[in-house]
Amino acid sequence: MNTPLRRVGVTMLVMLLLLLVNATYVQFIKAEDYRTDPHNARVLLDEYSRQRGKIIAASNGQVLAGIEPTDDKYKFLRTYPGGAMYAPVTGFYSIRYGAGGMERAQDEVLNGSDPRLFVRRLSDMVTGRDPRGGNVALTINPAVQKAAYEGMTKKGYTGALVALDPKTGEILAMVSTPSYDPSALASHDGKEQEKAWTEFDADEKKPMLNRAISETYPPGSTFKIVTTAAALEDGMKPDSEVTTAANVKLPGTNADLENFGGATCQGNTLKDALAYSCNTAFAEIAGGLGKDKLTETAEKFGIGQTDLTVPMRVAPSGLGDLAGKPQLYQSGIGQRDVRLTPLQVALLSAGVANGGTVMKPQLIKSLLAQDLSEMEKFSPEELTDDPAMSASNAGVLKDMMLASEANTKGGGKNDALKIASKTGTAEHGSDPKATPPHAWYTAFAPADDPKIALAVIVESGGDRGLAATGGTVAAEIGRSAIAAALGGG
Amino acid sequence: MGQPNSDPAGQYVTNPPRDLPTRRGTELAMLGFASFIVTAAFMLVEANQEQELSFAILWYGLAYMAILTVAHLAVRKWAPYADPLILPCVALLNGLGLVMIYRIDLARAEKALQAGREFSANAPKQVMWTVIALALFLAVLIIIKDHRTLTRYAYTFGLVGIIALALPALLPSSLSEVNGAKVWLKLGIFSIQPGEFAKILLMIFFASFLVSKRDLFMAAGKRVLGIELPRARDLGPILIAAVACLGILVFEKDLGTSLLFFGVVLMMLYVATERIIWVVVGLSLFAVGALIAFQLFTHVKTRVANWLDPFADPTGDGFQIVQALFGLGTGGIGGTGLGAGRPEMVPESSTDFITAAIGEELGFIGLCAILMVYLILAMRGMRSALAVRDTFGKLLGGGLSFAIVMQLFVIVGGVTKLIPMTGITTPFLSYGGSSLLANYILVALLLRISDAARRPQTSAKPRPQQQAPLAEAHTVMVERPK
Repeated sequence: MNTPLRRVGVTMLVMLLLLLVNATYVQFIKAEDYRTDPHNARVLLDEYSRQRGKIIAASNGQVLAGIEPTDDKYKFLRTYPGGAMYAPVTGFYSIRYGAGGMERAQDEVLNGSDPRLFVRRLSDMVTGRDPRGGNVALTINPAVQKAAYEGMTKKGYTGALVALDPKTGEILAMVSTPSYDPSALASHDGKEQEKAWTEFDADEKKPMLNRAISETYPPGSTFKIVTTAAALEDGMKPDSEVTTAANVKLPGTNADLENFGGATCQGNTLKDALAYSCNTAFAEIAGGLGKDKLTETAEKFGIGQTDLTVPMRVAPSGLGDLAGKPQLYQSGIGQRDVRLTPLQVALLSAGVANGGTVMKPQLIKSLLAQDLSEMEKFSPEELTDDPAMSASNAGVLKDMMLASEANTKGGGKNDALKIASKTGTAEHGSDPKATPPHAWYTAFAPADDPKIALAVIVESGGDRGLAATGGTVAAEIGRSAIAAALGGG
Repeated sequence: MGQPNSDPAGQYVTNPPRDLPTRRGTELAMLGFASFIVTAAFMLVEANQEQELSFAILWYGLAYMAILTVAHLAVRKWAPYADPLILPCVALLNGLGLVMIYRIDLARAEKALQAGREFSANAPKQVMWTVIALALFLAVLIIIKDHRTLTRYAYTFGLVGIIALALPALLPSSLSEVNGAKVWLKLGIFSIQPGEFAKILLMIFFASFLVSKRDLFMAAGKRVLGIELPRARDLGPILIAAVACLGILVFEKDLGTSLLFFGVVLMMLYVATERIIWVVVGLSLFAVGALIAFQLFTHVKTRVANWLDPFADPTGDGFQIVQALFGLGTGGIGGTGLGAGRPEMVPESSTDFITAAIGEELGFIGLCAILMVYLILAMRGMRSALAVRDTFGKLLGGGLSFAIVMQLFVIVGGVTKLIPMTGITTPFLSYGGSSLLANYILVALLLRISDAARRPQTSAKPRPQQQAPLAEAHTVMVERPK
């Protein structure tokens, strides 16, 4: 009986050998495939347990998205000291819901998988430290962000504010209200995350929508900057004569286009038309310029670009249908199908402020390695191939906007700031006359050496309802942001 | 031997009685080694989970050591010549299983805490089961002083084994079904898998039966196609038993146990008859049976489909096996480290899939080491079977040893996608009372057989002195009675 027993012994050896060979295949040859398979939740969990890099404001080093060690299995908790104020800038980072905003756009740097961080990771491996992520330094100016956010939330406005340095395109403030606190989404408590997400998601005011770059609105009279620029480039002068009529018929239709409040315009020059925001004048100017000239100038301001990122994707702005005169008339005053993001409106002012050249907006100042050494620095770039207008025309338009500011009502006026601006009161909705308009304000300052250009939108009249205008509702917020930028340094 | 010496009795004493070393000291040292590894493993888990060294591991450690001490003393007393490596192998496997169960408990507790669910830890229960298993281990060592006495009750064991196996199938699902497998007996607060015990009872029956009919199998019978078949009435009981087992197991949807039984029966048949043709016939029958089962049962089809391509449905049917592969792959060669992986992501990681958890945290190296410990355990058992003098002991010892490897092959092969996955426990490692109890009984029997194998022969029964023929007898001086 011993011979078969010995053979069974050999069989047992063979069976074990098979298991070992197969284990080798699974844990050695196929290991990498299994480890990195997208269905393998360990990959994700590992990433969430890594020390993620910070998002900071480059100007003063203020932490916008930080990291805190914890005792639980994820090891590190994402913190947002600025909470809702900076949510449109930072985005969110959630174990259950992934990442959004800057957290998503710069995920590779923040989680440490960016190839440029490799050398650093190698030394981490040798020293046995857990790999860490790199840091992202933003162009945000906390003082401006704070002034803008407080201005928007003080009265519970729904809307957005974008401010940038017109010479470099660096975004100084990006506010969207109502906002949300990303800390709740970063919680390690699954229930808390879920509760927060459901709450934000169900909120009909869409707190997680970044209105500054992801939403487009009819720009209203702020669009007259484009129309004016096109007109100046076409040879018009500030003192060229324009209509003062209270209303004009849209060519070929029975519909009227009228001025705000149905009044006749004060002054009959182009300069006056902009200063007093005369609709009939600009409708006729747009009609006279024609589709091509208007579109061309708009494009030079960046309108129509579909691939703009800051590095979050910016919703494309567009002019819509300009096929005929009626469309041109209405589009010339920023109505009908014209849709701009608040960022794009800010770029209109920025273009004028920068002598006609629109700089590409950017939110990242530099990318930093784990030890805060600089990995990549962003330098100013022009947004479009050609300037929106000549420097001299930009100077002319600046003077016109200074005059416009002088005629604009609203709080926060301060002569020392030397603001050039344009307001807008944009009708929208299916029954525009009964729907509170969007209040716009776009400006730059100081006029002779611009350091900040911005756009403010307060959706649906803010607290003034149908009576709202850009000047009464939006201007005050814009002025306080400018004051914060120039006063605070 | 050399020249016949002057001692007439000398020619019969070819192996003069000498004090064979019992090697109990070796066993103690190896047990110490095993407990060192297990204690270190417990500490690693705690360190990697970043917890303060808790009283829990102190209590687990002490309980584990106490069990080892009692087992060792019992072997010293009741099986002093037993193989010194069998118990340390079992102790190491049991201990590492306990570490892994405790480690998965920590993860489960945290998950439960996050979800606000109730959580019941498995590790304390496993310790309790080990204590009960130890009691059974002692009982077997004490009651069965000679494994040959088991042959007297072979038919009884066979009958009880079949009934135990059949019971869950006959009982209503409410008393016998857990997670779709109808293999349980729910007795109030705790439940057992009678199949685990039937495994041993039936092996005893088969061993005894095959030994008693061995000559018939080898000689009597007709030749069909060159194969000498035993007479049907001799083969009958074993066929009935085998078919009944397989039928019941198919009915209970317990493919793993079915496969295990099949393998063990085939192996014992081969060893008893010394004819490879039984293996050939058996495997052919298995192939046919497998084909039929594949056609008839959807759950068999699902298992095969999941084996061929688990990634076809990674979140549904293939989920378990895919998660196990992810765990093994993530562990890679060196593993993530004890307590530093995420073994709780694999479903049933404390029971069926515990080797996936080990492969993840201890890596390929750790998994191989564990497999090697099993191999040593089974090989020491096989060695005892080879050395033991009675055929029943050989067959039973061989069967028990093979059963360990067969079970390991079925479950680890399933977890690592070598063969289709069939639910079965990993001996000593997996969480589970029945499995632990049954396997401790199995080890007690192996120790008993190895004790018999290494026990000095002459001490058992003095051989009757053969009388020399009268004519050649020496003249013997007899003292005159006074």
